[in-house]
Amino acid sequence: MRPGELIASDLGARAARGDDLARAWAVLEQVMDPEVPVVSVVDLGIVRDLDWRAGHLHLVVTPTYSGCPATEVIEADIRDALQQAGFAAPALERRLTPAWSTDWISDLGRQRLRTYGIAPPEGSTSKRSLLGEAPQVCCPQCGSAHTELLSQFGSTACKALYRCRECLEPFDYFKCI
Amino acid sequence: MHKEALIPYLLLLGDSALVQGQRLCEWCGHAPAIEEELALMNVGLDLVGQARNWLDYAAELLDDGRDADALAYRRDERAYRNLLLVEQPNGDFAVTMTKQFLYDAWHFAVLQGLAASRDERIAGIAAKALKEVTYHLRRSGEWVQRLGGGTDESRRRMLDAIPALWRFTVELTGSDSEVQLAEAGIAADPAAVGAAWLKQVSAIFDSVELPLPKAASYFYLDGRKGLHTEHLGLLLAEMQFLPRAYPDATW
Repeated sequence: MRPGELIASDLGARAARGDDLARAWAVLEQVMDPEVPVVSVVDLGIVRDLDWRAGHLHLVVTPTYSGCPATEVIEADIRDALQQAGFAAPALERRLTPAWSTDWISDLGRQRLRTYGIAPPEGSTSKRSLLGEAPQVCCPQCGSAHTELLSQFGSTACKALYRCRECLEPFDYFKCI
Repeated sequence: MHKEALIPYLLLLGDSALVQGQRLCEWCGHAPAIEEELALMNVGLDLVGQARNWLDYAAELLDDGRDADALAYRRDERAYRNLLLVEQPNGDFAVTMTKQFLYDAWHFAVLQGLAASRDERIAGIAAKALKEVTYHLRRSGEWVQRLGGGTDESRRRMLDAIPALWRFTVELTGSDSEVQLAEAGIAADPAAVGAAWLKQVSAIFDSVELPLPKAASYFYLDGRKGLHTEHLGLLLAEMQFLPRAYPDATW
Protein backbone atom coordinates (compact mmCIF):
# COMPACT_ATOMS: atom_id res chain seq x y z
CA MET A 1 0.00 0.00 0.00
CA ARG A 2 1.27 3.42 -0.97
CA PRO A 3 0.18 6.89 0.06
CA GLY A 4 -2.67 8.02 -2.12
CA GLU A 5 -4.14 4.57 -2.59
CA LEU A 6 -6.63 5.19 0.15
CA ILE A 7 -8.62 8.18 -0.92
CA ALA A 8 -11.70 9.58 0.66
CA SER A 9 -14.17 8.14 -1.80
CA ASP A 10 -12.69 4.68 -1.48
CA LEU A 11 -12.92 4.36 2.21
CA GLY A 12 -16.61 4.25 2.79
CA ALA A 13 -17.10 1.76 0.00
CA ARG A 14 -14.63 -0.95 0.79
CA ALA A 15 -13.96 -3.03 3.81
CA ALA A 16 -10.96 -2.23 5.97
CA ARG A 17 -7.90 -4.24 5.25
CA GLY A 18 -5.67 -5.84 7.80
CA ASP A 19 -2.67 -3.67 7.10
CA ASP A 20 -4.57 -0.37 7.33
CA LEU A 21 -4.42 -0.23 11.10
CA ALA A 22 -0.73 -1.06 11.15
CA ARG A 23 -0.14 1.72 8.67
CA ALA A 24 -2.22 4.15 10.75
CA TRP A 25 -0.08 3.30 13.78
CA ALA A 26 3.02 3.96 11.66
CA VAL A 27 1.60 7.37 10.66
CA LEU A 28 0.91 8.19 14.31
CA GLU A 29 4.48 7.31 15.23
CA GLN A 30 5.48 10.29 13.08
CA VAL A 31 3.16 12.72 14.90
CA MET A 32 5.33 14.48 17.46
CA ASP A 33 4.29 16.22 20.65
CA PRO A 34 4.33 19.95 19.84
CA GLU A 35 6.17 20.83 23.06
CA VAL A 36 8.58 17.90 23.09
CA PRO A 37 9.07 17.33 19.37
CA VAL A 38 11.17 14.17 19.76
CA VAL A 39 8.48 11.96 21.26
CA SER A 40 5.50 10.82 19.23
CA VAL A 41 1.93 10.57 20.40
CA VAL A 42 2.45 6.80 20.38
CA ASP A 43 5.59 7.05 22.54
CA LEU A 44 3.65 9.20 25.00
CA GLY A 45 0.89 6.62 25.20
CA ILE A 46 -1.89 9.11 24.55
CA VAL A 47 -3.34 7.17 21.60
CA ARG A 48 -5.17 4.46 23.50
CA ASP A 49 -7.03 2.66 20.78
CA LEU A 50 -7.41 2.50 17.03
CA ASP A 51 -10.06 0.66 15.02
CA TRP A 52 -12.44 0.91 12.10
CA ARG A 53 -15.98 2.03 12.61
CA ALA A 54 -18.41 2.43 9.72
CA GLY A 55 -15.63 2.84 7.20
CA HIS A 56 -13.70 5.43 9.18
CA LEU A 57 -10.70 5.23 11.38
CA HIS A 58 -11.69 5.71 15.02
CA LEU A 59 -9.09 6.81 17.59
CA VAL A 60 -9.25 7.13 21.32
CA VAL A 61 -6.98 9.87 22.62
CA THR A 62 -6.33 10.54 26.31
CA PRO A 63 -5.06 14.00 27.27
CA THR A 64 -1.99 14.14 29.48
CA TYR A 65 -3.18 16.94 31.81
CA SER A 66 -6.69 18.38 32.24
CA GLY A 67 -5.48 21.80 31.18
CA CYS A 68 -2.76 20.84 28.72
CA PRO A 69 -2.90 23.56 26.05
CA ALA A 70 -1.35 21.17 23.54
CA THR A 71 -4.37 18.86 23.57
CA GLU A 72 -6.16 20.59 20.70
CA VAL A 73 -2.94 21.00 18.71
CA ILE A 74 -2.12 17.32 19.12
CA GLU A 75 -5.59 16.32 17.99
CA ALA A 76 -5.36 18.58 14.94
CA ASP A 77 -1.88 17.22 14.11
CA ILE A 78 -3.15 13.65 14.37
CA ARG A 79 -6.09 14.41 12.13
CA ASP A 80 -3.91 16.17 9.54
CA ALA A 81 -1.30 13.42 9.44
CA LEU A 82 -3.90 10.70 8.99
CA GLN A 83 -5.76 12.61 6.31
CA GLN A 84 -2.56 13.26 4.43
CA ALA A 85 -1.84 9.56 4.56
CA GLY A 86 -5.21 8.87 2.99
CA PHE A 87 -7.39 8.14 6.01
CA ALA A 88 -10.48 10.23 5.36
CA ALA A 89 -12.25 11.97 8.22
CA PRO A 90 -10.76 10.06 11.15
CA ALA A 91 -12.97 10.21 14.24
CA LEU A 92 -11.19 11.25 17.43
CA GLU A 93 -12.71 10.39 20.75
CA ARG A 94 -11.26 12.16 23.79
CA ARG A 95 -11.40 9.83 26.78
CA LEU A 96 -10.45 10.68 30.36
CA THR A 97 -10.80 7.22 31.87
CA PRO A 98 -8.48 5.64 32.77
CA ALA A 99 -6.49 8.79 33.40
CA TRP A 100 -3.27 9.12 31.47
CA SER A 101 -0.20 8.03 33.37
CA THR A 102 3.49 8.54 32.74
CA ASP A 103 3.71 4.75 33.13
CA TRP A 104 2.37 4.63 29.57
CA ILE A 105 5.38 6.40 28.07
CA SER A 106 7.24 3.77 26.03
CA ASP A 107 10.86 2.80 26.66
CA LEU A 108 11.73 4.36 23.33
CA GLY A 109 9.92 7.54 24.42
CA ARG A 110 11.91 7.60 27.66
CA GLN A 111 15.14 7.18 25.76
CA ARG A 112 14.20 9.98 23.38
CA LEU A 113 13.30 12.31 26.25
CA ARG A 114 16.67 11.69 27.86
CA THR A 115 18.55 12.33 24.61
CA TYR A 116 16.57 15.54 24.19
CA GLY A 117 17.67 16.74 27.65
CA ILE A 118 14.54 15.95 29.65
CA ALA A 119 14.84 13.44 32.47
CA PRO A 120 12.11 10.80 31.97
CA PRO A 121 9.71 9.93 34.81
CA GLU A 122 11.31 7.71 37.43
CA GLY A 123 9.53 4.62 38.69
CA SER A 124 5.87 3.85 38.79
CA THR A 125 3.12 6.28 39.76
CA SER A 126 1.49 3.64 41.89
CA LYS A 127 3.89 4.04 44.76
CA ARG A 128 6.02 6.68 46.29
CA SER A 129 6.08 9.29 43.53
CA LEU A 130 2.57 10.47 44.35
CA LEU A 131 3.05 10.26 48.08
CA GLY A 132 5.58 12.98 48.51
CA GLU A 133 8.77 10.99 48.51
CA ALA A 134 11.35 12.56 46.27
CA PRO A 135 12.27 10.40 43.29
CA GLN A 136 15.92 9.98 42.41
CA VAL A 137 16.30 11.92 39.19
CA CYS A 138 19.44 11.55 37.10
CA CYS A 139 20.85 14.40 35.06
CA PRO A 140 20.07 13.80 31.37
CA GLN A 141 23.33 15.56 30.44
CA CYS A 142 25.98 13.83 32.55
CA GLY A 143 24.01 11.01 34.17
CA SER A 144 24.81 12.08 37.73
CA ALA A 145 22.30 11.23 40.46
CA HIS A 146 23.51 14.24 42.42
CA THR A 147 20.63 16.55 41.48
CA GLU A 148 18.25 18.90 43.27
CA LEU A 149 14.68 20.05 42.78
CA LEU A 150 14.37 23.75 41.96
CA SER A 151 10.63 23.92 41.35
CA GLN A 152 7.74 21.45 41.28
CA PHE A 153 6.60 23.01 38.03
CA GLY A 154 8.85 23.55 35.01
CA SER A 155 8.32 24.93 31.53
CA THR A 156 5.05 23.01 31.17
CA ALA A 157 2.59 21.47 33.63
CA CYS A 158 4.00 17.99 33.03
CA LYS A 159 7.55 18.88 34.06
CA ALA A 160 9.47 19.91 37.17
CA LEU A 161 12.66 21.93 37.17
CA TYR A 162 15.86 20.34 38.49
CA ARG A 163 19.54 21.23 38.62
CA CYS A 164 22.51 18.92 38.40
CA ARG A 165 25.02 19.46 41.19
CA GLU A 166 27.79 17.81 39.19
CA CYS A 167 27.63 19.52 35.81
CA LEU A 168 25.50 22.41 37.15
CA GLU A 169 23.06 22.27 34.23
CA PRO A 170 19.42 22.99 34.99
CA PHE A 171 17.04 20.52 33.35
CA ASP A 172 13.40 19.53 33.06
CA TYR A 173 12.11 16.37 34.69
CA PHE A 174 8.97 14.71 33.34
CA LYS A 175 6.90 14.25 36.50
CA CYS A 176 5.24 10.99 37.42
CA ILE A 177 1.49 11.23 37.37
CA MET B 1 -31.83 10.91 38.47
CA HIS B 2 -30.30 13.50 40.76
CA LYS B 3 -29.97 16.11 38.04
CA GLU B 4 -31.43 18.99 40.06
CA ALA B 5 -28.86 18.48 42.79
CA LEU B 6 -26.06 17.37 40.51
CA ILE B 7 -25.93 20.47 38.30
CA PRO B 8 -25.25 22.90 41.18
CA TYR B 9 -22.68 20.47 42.54
CA LEU B 10 -20.85 20.34 39.19
CA LEU B 11 -20.97 24.13 39.10
CA LEU B 12 -19.49 24.29 42.60
CA LEU B 13 -16.58 22.11 41.45
CA GLY B 14 -16.13 23.80 38.07
CA ASP B 15 -16.64 27.39 39.17
CA SER B 16 -14.31 27.02 42.16
CA ALA B 17 -11.54 25.63 39.94
CA LEU B 18 -12.16 28.31 37.32
CA VAL B 19 -12.15 31.24 39.74
CA GLN B 20 -9.10 29.94 41.58
CA GLY B 21 -7.38 29.48 38.21
CA GLN B 22 -8.30 32.99 37.13
CA ARG B 23 -6.95 34.43 40.39
CA LEU B 24 -3.65 32.62 39.82
CA CYS B 25 -3.45 34.09 36.32
CA GLU B 26 -3.36 37.54 37.91
CA TRP B 27 0.15 36.72 39.07
CA CYS B 28 1.31 36.38 35.48
CA GLY B 29 4.12 38.88 35.03
CA HIS B 30 4.12 39.78 38.75
CA ALA B 31 5.38 36.71 40.59
CA PRO B 32 8.43 37.10 42.86
CA ALA B 33 10.60 34.71 40.81
CA ILE B 34 10.41 33.03 37.42
CA GLU B 35 10.06 29.56 38.95
CA GLU B 36 7.14 30.76 41.04
CA GLU B 37 5.51 32.37 38.08
CA LEU B 38 5.74 29.13 36.11
CA ALA B 39 4.38 27.15 39.02
CA LEU B 40 1.45 29.51 39.63
CA MET B 41 0.54 29.51 35.95
CA ASN B 42 0.81 25.74 35.68
CA VAL B 43 -1.44 25.20 38.67
CA GLY B 44 -3.87 27.72 37.17
CA LEU B 45 -3.79 25.88 33.87
CA ASP B 46 -4.59 22.56 35.54
CA LEU B 47 -7.51 24.17 37.34
CA VAL B 48 -8.93 25.84 34.23
CA GLY B 49 -8.68 22.50 32.40
CA GLN B 50 -10.48 20.74 35.23
CA ALA B 51 -13.11 23.48 35.26
CA ARG B 52 -13.77 22.82 31.60
CA ASN B 53 -14.30 19.11 32.28
CA TRP B 54 -16.85 19.87 35.03
CA LEU B 55 -18.60 22.60 33.06
CA ASP B 56 -18.80 20.39 29.95
CA TYR B 57 -20.71 17.88 32.04
CA ALA B 58 -22.89 20.53 33.65
CA ALA B 59 -23.72 21.94 30.20
CA GLU B 60 -24.74 18.50 28.95
CA LEU B 61 -27.08 18.01 31.88
CA LEU B 62 -28.49 21.52 31.57
CA ASP B 63 -29.14 20.80 27.89
CA ASP B 64 -30.25 24.36 27.17
CA GLY B 65 -27.91 25.08 24.26
CA ARG B 66 -25.10 26.47 26.39
CA ASP B 67 -21.66 24.89 26.34
CA ALA B 68 -18.82 25.14 28.87
CA ASP B 69 -17.61 28.44 27.36
CA ALA B 70 -21.08 29.94 27.61
CA LEU B 71 -21.27 28.88 31.25
CA ALA B 72 -17.87 30.38 32.01
CA TYR B 73 -18.19 33.61 30.06
CA ARG B 74 -21.87 34.49 30.04
CA ARG B 75 -23.11 33.79 33.52
CA ASP B 76 -23.43 36.62 35.97
CA GLU B 77 -22.06 36.63 39.47
CA ARG B 78 -25.28 35.39 41.05
CA ALA B 79 -25.24 32.30 38.85
CA TYR B 80 -21.71 31.36 39.92
CA ARG B 81 -21.53 28.64 42.57
CA ASN B 82 -17.85 28.81 43.57
CA LEU B 83 -16.53 28.81 47.13
CA LEU B 84 -16.16 32.30 48.61
CA LEU B 85 -12.57 31.47 49.55
CA VAL B 86 -11.29 31.34 45.97
CA GLU B 87 -12.77 34.66 44.88
CA GLN B 88 -10.83 36.57 47.54
CA PRO B 89 -8.14 38.88 46.18
CA ASN B 90 -4.59 37.55 46.00
CA GLY B 91 -3.14 40.03 48.47
CA ASP B 92 0.52 39.33 49.13
CA PHE B 93 2.25 36.01 48.56
CA ALA B 94 1.26 34.79 52.03
CA VAL B 95 -2.44 35.37 51.28
CA THR B 96 -2.10 33.75 47.86
CA MET B 97 -0.42 30.62 49.20
CA THR B 98 -2.65 30.34 52.27
CA LYS B 99 -5.70 30.59 50.05
CA GLN B 100 -4.21 28.02 47.68
CA PHE B 101 -3.41 25.65 50.52
CA LEU B 102 -6.83 25.91 52.19
CA TYR B 103 -8.43 25.28 48.81
CA ASP B 104 -6.05 22.49 47.77
CA ALA B 105 -6.63 20.59 51.02
CA TRP B 106 -10.40 20.74 50.39
CA HIS B 107 -10.02 20.00 46.69
CA PHE B 108 -7.82 16.97 47.34
CA ALA B 109 -10.28 15.49 49.85
CA VAL B 110 -13.26 16.13 47.54
CA LEU B 111 -11.52 14.53 44.56
CA GLN B 112 -10.51 11.51 46.61
CA GLY B 113 -14.17 10.98 47.40
CA LEU B 114 -15.28 11.66 43.84
CA ALA B 115 -12.77 9.26 42.30
CA ALA B 116 -15.00 6.54 43.78
CA SER B 117 -18.24 8.16 42.63
CA ARG B 118 -20.95 5.93 41.18
CA ASP B 119 -21.23 8.43 38.35
CA GLU B 120 -18.51 7.23 35.99
CA ARG B 121 -18.12 10.56 34.31
CA ILE B 122 -17.47 12.25 37.66
CA ALA B 123 -15.13 9.46 38.76
CA GLY B 124 -13.11 9.84 35.54
CA ILE B 125 -12.73 13.61 35.76
CA ALA B 126 -11.87 13.36 39.46
CA ALA B 127 -9.30 10.58 39.03
CA LYS B 128 -7.49 12.68 36.47
CA ALA B 129 -7.71 15.89 38.50
CA LEU B 130 -6.57 14.11 41.65
CA LYS B 131 -3.18 13.36 40.12
CA GLU B 132 -2.71 17.04 39.36
CA VAL B 133 -4.04 18.31 42.67
CA THR B 134 -1.68 15.99 44.56
CA TYR B 135 1.12 18.17 43.25
CA HIS B 136 -0.79 21.39 44.00
CA LEU B 137 -1.36 20.40 47.61
CA ARG B 138 2.21 19.32 48.18
CA ARG B 139 3.51 22.58 46.80
CA SER B 140 1.12 24.92 48.65
CA GLY B 141 1.65 22.99 51.90
CA GLU B 142 5.39 23.43 51.52
CA TRP B 143 4.91 27.15 50.99
CA VAL B 144 2.81 27.46 54.14
CA GLN B 145 5.62 25.74 56.04
CA ARG B 146 8.32 27.84 54.42
CA LEU B 147 6.55 31.13 55.07
CA GLY B 148 5.19 30.17 58.49
CA GLY B 149 8.55 28.87 59.67
CA GLY B 150 10.65 31.34 57.70
CA THR B 151 11.68 34.84 58.64
CA ASP B 152 9.93 37.11 61.15
CA GLU B 153 8.50 39.01 58.21
CA SER B 154 7.13 35.94 56.37
CA ARG B 155 5.67 34.58 59.61
CA ARG B 156 4.03 37.90 60.44
CA ARG B 157 2.40 37.89 57.02
CA MET B 158 1.13 34.33 57.49
CA LEU B 159 -0.29 35.30 60.88
CA ASP B 160 -2.20 38.08 59.11
CA ALA B 161 -3.28 35.95 56.13
CA ILE B 162 -4.79 33.04 58.05
CA PRO B 163 -7.41 34.94 60.11
CA ALA B 164 -8.26 37.11 57.10
CA LEU B 165 -9.28 34.04 55.09
CA TRP B 166 -10.48 31.75 57.86
CA ARG B 167 -14.12 32.83 57.96
CA PHE B 168 -14.60 31.52 54.41
CA THR B 169 -13.53 28.02 55.42
CA VAL B 170 -16.99 27.48 56.88
CA GLU B 171 -17.98 26.47 53.35
CA LEU B 172 -15.45 23.68 53.13
CA THR B 173 -17.49 21.25 55.17
CA GLY B 174 -20.26 20.92 52.62
CA SER B 175 -23.95 21.62 52.64
CA ASP B 176 -27.19 19.71 53.09
CA SER B 177 -27.76 19.31 49.37
CA GLU B 178 -24.52 17.38 49.11
CA VAL B 179 -25.47 14.96 51.86
CA GLN B 180 -28.19 13.47 49.66
CA LEU B 181 -25.91 13.28 46.64
CA ALA B 182 -23.25 11.67 48.80
CA GLU B 183 -25.72 9.13 50.18
CA ALA B 184 -26.55 8.24 46.58
CA GLY B 185 -22.85 7.53 46.05
CA ILE B 186 -22.36 10.44 43.65
CA ALA B 187 -20.87 13.32 45.64
CA ALA B 188 -18.02 13.21 48.14
CA ASP B 189 -19.24 12.81 51.71
CA PRO B 190 -19.13 16.39 53.12
CA ALA B 191 -18.43 15.24 56.68
CA ALA B 192 -15.50 13.10 55.53
CA VAL B 193 -14.20 15.96 53.39
CA GLY B 194 -14.43 18.39 56.30
CA ALA B 195 -12.58 16.00 58.60
CA ALA B 196 -9.85 15.26 56.05
CA TRP B 197 -9.47 18.97 55.33
CA LEU B 198 -9.07 19.84 59.01
CA LYS B 199 -6.56 17.02 59.54
CA GLN B 200 -4.45 18.17 56.61
CA VAL B 201 -4.56 21.85 57.57
CA SER B 202 -3.78 21.26 61.24
CA ALA B 203 -0.87 18.94 60.39
CA ILE B 204 0.79 21.57 58.21
CA PHE B 205 0.04 24.43 60.61
CA ASP B 206 1.31 22.40 63.59
CA SER B 207 4.55 21.55 61.81
CA VAL B 208 5.58 25.21 61.87
CA GLU B 209 3.60 26.24 64.97
CA LEU B 210 1.08 28.33 63.14
CA PRO B 211 -1.96 28.62 65.41
CA LEU B 212 -5.07 26.90 64.07
CA PRO B 213 -8.05 29.23 64.50
CA LYS B 214 -11.19 27.75 66.00
CA ALA B 215 -13.77 26.42 63.54
CA ALA B 216 -15.32 29.13 61.40
CA SER B 217 -18.97 29.78 62.11
CA TYR B 218 -21.92 30.85 59.98
CA PHE B 219 -21.21 33.55 57.44
CA TYR B 220 -24.03 35.57 55.91
CA LEU B 221 -22.91 34.94 52.32
CA ASP B 222 -22.94 31.56 50.62
CA GLY B 223 -21.13 30.76 47.36
CA ARG B 224 -23.27 27.66 46.79
CA LYS B 225 -26.33 29.89 46.66
CA GLY B 226 -24.70 32.48 44.42
CA LEU B 227 -24.35 34.98 47.27
CA HIS B 228 -20.83 36.27 46.81
CA THR B 229 -18.48 38.83 48.26
CA GLU B 230 -17.93 42.01 46.25
CA HIS B 231 -14.76 40.58 44.71
CA LEU B 232 -16.32 38.04 42.35
CA GLY B 233 -18.10 40.61 40.18
CA LEU B 234 -14.85 42.44 39.49
CA LEU B 235 -13.04 39.22 38.69
CA LEU B 236 -15.76 38.16 36.25
CA ALA B 237 -15.84 41.61 34.64
CA GLU B 238 -12.22 41.16 33.68
CA MET B 239 -12.49 37.50 32.74
CA GLN B 240 -15.67 37.89 30.70
CA PHE B 241 -15.01 41.20 29.02
CA LEU B 242 -13.64 39.90 25.73
CA PRO B 243 -16.19 37.15 25.02
CA ARG B 244 -19.01 39.51 25.97
CA ALA B 245 -17.70 42.43 23.91
CA TYR B 246 -16.94 40.25 20.90
CA PRO B 247 -19.35 37.32 21.04
CA ASP B 248 -18.25 34.24 19.13
CA ALA B 249 -14.90 35.78 18.26
CA THR B 250 -12.32 33.15 17.34
CA TRP B 251 -8.60 33.25 17.95
